[in-house]
Amino acid sequence: MSEKKTNRRDFLFTATYAVGAVGVGATIWPMIDQMNPDASVKALASTEVDVSSVDRGKTITVLWRGKPVFIRRRTQEEIAEAKSVKLEDLKDPQKDEDRAKDPEWLVMLGVCTHLGCVPLDQKGDYNGWFCPCHGSHYDISGRIRKGPAPTNMEIPKYEFVNANTIKIG
Amino acid sequence: MKFFFRVLLLFTLIIGFQYNSYAAEKVEYLKTDWSFKGLFGKFDRGALQRGYQVYTEVCSSCHSMKYLSYRNLAEKGGPEFSEEQAKAIAASFEVKDGPNEDGEMFNRPGKLSDKFVMPYENIKAAQAANGGAYPPDMSVLVKARGGGVDYIYSLLQGYEDPPAGITLDDGVYYNKYMYGNKIKMANQLSDGLVTYGDGTNATVQQMSKDVTTFLMWAAEPHLESRHKMGFKAITYLIILTILVYFSMKKIWSRIETEV
Amino acid sequence: MSEHEYTPKSKVGKWFNDRLPLLTLANHLTDYPTPKNLNYWWTFGGILTFCLITQIVTGLVLAMHYIAHADMAFDSVEHIMRDVNYGWLIRYIHANGASMFFLAVYIHIFRSLFYGSYKSPREIIWIIGIIIYLLMMAAAFMGYVLPWGQMSFWGATVITNLFSAIPLVGEGIVTWLWGGYSVDNPTLTRFFTLHYLIPFLILGLVVLHIWALHVPGNNNPVGIDIKKPSKDTVPFHPYIVIKDGFALLMFMIVFAFFVFYTPNILGHADNYIEADPLVTPAHIVPEWYLLPFYAILRSVPDKLLGVVAMLSAILILAALPWLDTSKTRSAVFRPLYKQFYWILVADVLILGYVGAMPAEGLYLLVARVATAYYFLHFLLILPVLGLKEKTLPIPLSITDPVLGGSSNFSTAKNQTKIE
Repeated sequence: MSEKKTNRRDFLFTATYAVGAVGVGATIWPMIDQMNPDASVKALASTEVDVSSVDRGKTITVLWRGKPVFIRRRTQEEIAEAKSVKLEDLKDPQKDEDRAKDPEWLVMLGVCTHLGCVPLDQKGDYNGWFCPCHGSHYDISGRIRKGPAPTNMEIPKYEFVNANTIKIG
Repeated sequence: MKFFFRVLLLFTLIIGFQYNSYAAEKVEYLKTDWSFKGLFGKFDRGALQRGYQVYTEVCSSCHSMKYLSYRNLAEKGGPEFSEEQAKAIAASFEVKDGPNEDGEMFNRPGKLSDKFVMPYENIKAAQAANGGAYPPDMSVLVKARGGGVDYIYSLLQGYEDPPAGITLDDGVYYNKYMYGNKIKMANQLSDGLVTYGDGTNATVQQMSKDVTTFLMWAAEPHLESRHKMGFKAITYLIILTILVYFSMKKIWSRIETEV
Repeated sequence: MSEHEYTPKSKVGKWFNDRLPLLTLANHLTDYPTPKNLNYWWTFGGILTFCLITQIVTGLVLAMHYIAHADMAFDSVEHIMRDVNYGWLIRYIHANGASMFFLAVYIHIFRSLFYGSYKSPREIIWIIGIIIYLLMMAAAFMGYVLPWGQMSFWGATVITNLFSAIPLVGEGIVTWLWGGYSVDNPTLTRFFTLHYLIPFLILGLVVLHIWALHVPGNNNPVGIDIKKPSKDTVPFHPYIVIKDGFALLMFMIVFAFFVFYTPNILGHADNYIEADPLVTPAHIVPEWYLLPFYAILRSVPDKLLGVVAMLSAILILAALPWLDTSKTRSAVFRPLYKQFYWILVADVLILGYVGAMPAEGLYLLVARVATAYYFLHFLLILPVLGLKEKTLPIPLSITDPVLGGSSNFSTAKNQTKIE
């Protein structure tokens, strides 16, 4: 008799605690989610760039989601150099074809994968980029060759809207 | 239990008092059935889309809606135009952007992320073009007027010839629902002024209702999710209250005192 | 603090507790002997703690998105309402939370008035409470300014202008408060800073309020001193915790109803119009919780005296423990006081009502009578009543229906001895 009573009481308390915990969780979520990007920030997620005035062998830098994006129009020599690198020599093996949809255009997030600094153009030991913060060297395909950075510079989602316009994001 | 009802009653009285105080000089507004009122109130999509049409074709030549973006038109709980429709709407507006590399401002077609284009550069320009009266921004207009939607709905249909003895200056009109009855906006609506795509007959009353619904959404874009979440939250609270009540009874039964 | 020494069972617990007696504190709080006859009017202390925490948490979140600048404040509030994830929810909780906070604090105060909780030995608890209440009003007022709507701006103008009533230095003080020659951006930024600071001052005072409470222990509906712990008390946990929790949930249902279904009913429509220094709204009305004091302010035809009257109406409460001369605490045993108590409640409600009305004609007359009665109650009725009133016999303890008790424990013991 009393055994049964205890069980029922335990069940009631457990149920109360459980339901209460669900409510606390549901209340905390909005307080956390409010720090995520808001609707107006999300709406700015893509940007279109006119690249008609970029000469061969030049890089332009555009701002996308608050970060620099390098758009480099590569010369034939540079393309050849990028393609000639053996995958075994790479820390983060990746073919140049997988990084540049059109070999002439390299569109890449200009952020060092080490700790987020912006690498310098046409510096370093590999004719590509060099990060002054902690000495990471990237080649002309933006791949990490030397230094502390763990991976190649990131390629954002992009597409050619027409011959002169690239849409990033 | 009786106790809580007493507290509730007291609070209701206080609010009632205050509410009355605002109603002191109120005229009876025209009434209509708003789909968004009530615990499960939702917007009528058709009315929102038609209301948007009335806003763009009629109101937007003077009234800005600076807090809305074209993307809002495709968002859930709003007019819910398709993404393509919203893009097309945005692209039909010229948006000033810049400066470009040459340091100059330029015009381009609107994007979803752009805010609604304003009819005037600034308040002063708006005043200059409207005989000194600033056509208020309509983003939160419904919440900024004591009578809310009923007031706006009535005002749009409240134009009358002034009663004998009242003379109106140039550019001032008589409206029986306007505070002080004198309004600087001329009657804008007339039957058949716009042609609705969905074939709805564009009477003055219909247009007033549609555009007011649109304004309500503009002021409270999250009204639908608020109602939905409210129902869930209160149901949840009631369940937890019942559980806690029985737990309390159980715990207090260990000692012989009434809770 | 505790009558029995507490020793944690585990070794680690003991080691820690010897260095920082947090476990002793936790033990004190859970075991804290509470009169078992507390009714639901006593649950508002817990509810108020909940209100304070809710306001602080939602306020912190809002401060992450709000911009305290005259040109951007209104826009940033709309940004919160439209774009920030759950921003509308958090802002509506914060805005309605202020009203719920005041609703709860008024019930809490009037409970204290009814059961004489402000009397010896609880004067300090009461006075800390009054300071908390004053700070709440300051926080609420400054918070109302932040959205930078028409009511924000003109409310700020009117309230800060109260200080201009001070002779000689008044004007200087007002300019100093504004940081300019009118309410403007410097005023907004300093109000934001103070609005952010005050809740933490309140939090500190709440700790003192509870500390001071735990010295003599809770008053109770019978109003007699009780032995602690005894058969008249229950440990705070789980008995009072669950009861407070139940009441809190009932309160939250009302709260949720406001937030989700009528979030703007307690606010004023004019505050959705951006501040305009050139146009004053037709009726300037403070939030409902300040209306009684607003009525007192307006009922006095002189500027300085109006301000003095309004301030005195609050400060007079601090003197209450000495104005009320009755030795009996609870109104249950004070038939006359009970009637005057309800008249006072009605009087304050009437003041609130006329505070929302235009200050003219009949309303003004009613406001004056009600103001006069308010002061009469505290300055004349209470002191005289305490001396003249014939109180009902008081039971000796909560559990025993034996009469002959006193609100003072030592006297009660003596009486039984004499008998």
